[in-house]
Amino acid sequence: MKLTGNAHVYGSNIDTDRIIPGKYTKTLDMSQLADHVLEDLDPDFRKNVKEGDVIVADDNFGCGSSREQAPLALKAAGISAVVARSYARIFFRNAINVGLPVIEASDHAIEKENIVQVDLMNGIIFNKTKNETYQGTTMPRVMINILEEGGLVPYLKKHKDYVL
Amino acid sequence: MAQTIIEKIISKHAGHDAKEGEITLVQVDGTMASDTTAPLAIQSFENMGGKQVWDPSRVSLVIDHASPAPNQRIANLHSMMREFANQQNIKLYDVGEGICHQLMVENKHVKPGDLFLGADSHTCTYGALGAFATGVGSTDLAGVWLTGKTWVKVPPTIQIRLHGKLQTGVSAKDLVLHLVGTLGIEGATYQAIEYTGEALHHLSLASRMTLANMSIEMGAKAGLVDTIGLEWEDEFEAIHADEDAEYKQVIDVDVSKIESQISVPHSPDHVQPISKVKDTPIQQAFIGSCTNGRLEDLHEAAKILEGNKIAPHVRLIIAPASKKVLDDALSDGTVQILTRAGASFITSGCGPCVGTHQGIPGSNENIISSSNRNFQGRMGNPESNVYLASPAVVAATALHGKITDPSQAEEVGV
Ligand code: SF4
Repeated sequence: MKLTGNAHVYGSNIDTDRIIPGKYTKTLDMSQLADHVLEDLDPDFRKNVKEGDVIVADDNFGCGSSREQAPLALKAAGISAVVARSYARIFFRNAINVGLPVIEASDHAIEKENIVQVDLMNGIIFNKTKNETYQGTTMPRVMINILEEGGLVPYLKKHKDYVL
Repeated sequence: MAQTIIEKIISKHAGHDAKEGEITLVQVDGTMASDTTAPLAIQSFENMGGKQVWDPSRVSLVIDHASPAPNQRIANLHSMMREFANQQNIKLYDVGEGICHQLMVENKHVKPGDLFLGADSHTCTYGALGAFATGVGSTDLAGVWLTGKTWVKVPPTIQIRLHGKLQTGVSAKDLVLHLVGTLGIEGATYQAIEYTGEALHHLSLASRMTLANMSIEMGAKAGLVDTIGLEWEDEFEAIHADEDAEYKQVIDVDVSKIESQISVPHSPDHVQPISKVKDTPIQQAFIGSCTNGRLEDLHEAAKILEGNKIAPHVRLIIAPASKKVLDDALSDGTVQILTRAGASFITSGCGPCVGTHQGIPGSNENIISSSNRNFQGRMGNPESNVYLASPAVVAATALHGKITDPSQAEEVGV
């Protein structure tokens, strides 16, 4: 799976309240989530984001609550992948479960509006703008399997159980 | 093989000796979802082809985050939860019964040594019972409803040894704020915390819950409190770490040195001793949440507010952690002490903690809260500033209208 997109770059400790504030999470309508994603952190995000774009961050992306609405909101807004130096545990797991590719790359040097290509299965990120390659961490097999099926719902629908 | 507490619990639920770093399947003892996470979990469960949850007695749903419903959309999500609970024959706690985490412990849906998953990050609160309890997302939870299992990676553990005795007026909240400040918001990411040491031995169950609750504010997967001295009426098998268990890090803390602590905006780990921020003006004060909305917390506040009136420009909002807490506080006169001092009681539940409804602050206002998070926008207004503190500090601050150390309240002329 290779994904290419324009980078939106943020700092460390982007918490789930900033990805999607609690006041908007009580809905099953994904377009409502997309309308408010990142609005306190980057009021122009919604206007600037294009289908296939990539979120790039420093450490501990997605800390705070367990709301799955955070990766869902990013996905609904058209984000194809997230690259961060590190993640909060629950966010990482939720992203895989909803089929949003996330990759951990501790030494990336991606800047705003760089075009990046993510090769998820091999954990490699290629920065087309700067012509640089970063090696990310490869995920545990079970997560790759879940992501390959498109998330935990299709995975369990097919397998009925976890296969380690 | 020497094991930490979490390794022992995971081994028991995996059916083999599990060691750090390993990925294994585990049987789950109990699950919980709230009105923020249950609707998505129900949708995922149905989309997985789920018809009946694996064991209805191990599933609970709680309506607490936006309760009673503030609008039509949320009211309909609540209806969806009630319908699912009926159809699946599972326990649902409805409006006003309390905060999910308080109810899981109060009603013994979780026991010492259990492996419990909740679709809420503060599920780590049940670490107070020496259980491995952790937060997951809605779809992960739906997977457990379908299979009774989940996969986990056995985490390394940080051991925090608490020595000495807390000073009078200094509470478990000050202790945990101090730890969050020390370790930082990602200090324990992908790791478990084990709390041990003699300072714990006399801590009430409520205080242990406060301590375990904010483990997630250090990024921890779980925060397990050693069960020595735990008040729990039923018999249980105590699980202690082996003496030669391996830890990623061991931290020694002399708790007698800790003064009241305040977390300043906009991150829980921005912690300062109260002396550094005293006199900051405050417009709203909140006592409640899964961190500090229990009877002992209301007692702390009542001690300070009895016979007094809060500052005229301050709103003091109290949301008891459960109906039982409210009942007990009514019977022993605590509620009246607090209302006479000027407090407003609202429905038991999450209340203003999560900014969905009730008690949303105005722009440029300062709020002092006994809850656990002060991220920007957390209480519903990104232009307001939330300070986190113990119930005693919140009460003393409401009284004076500015951040006040309760141990020095006399000097400012109560
Ligand atoms: S009280 Fe606050 S932190 Fe606790 S469960 Fe409710 S919203 Fe979450």
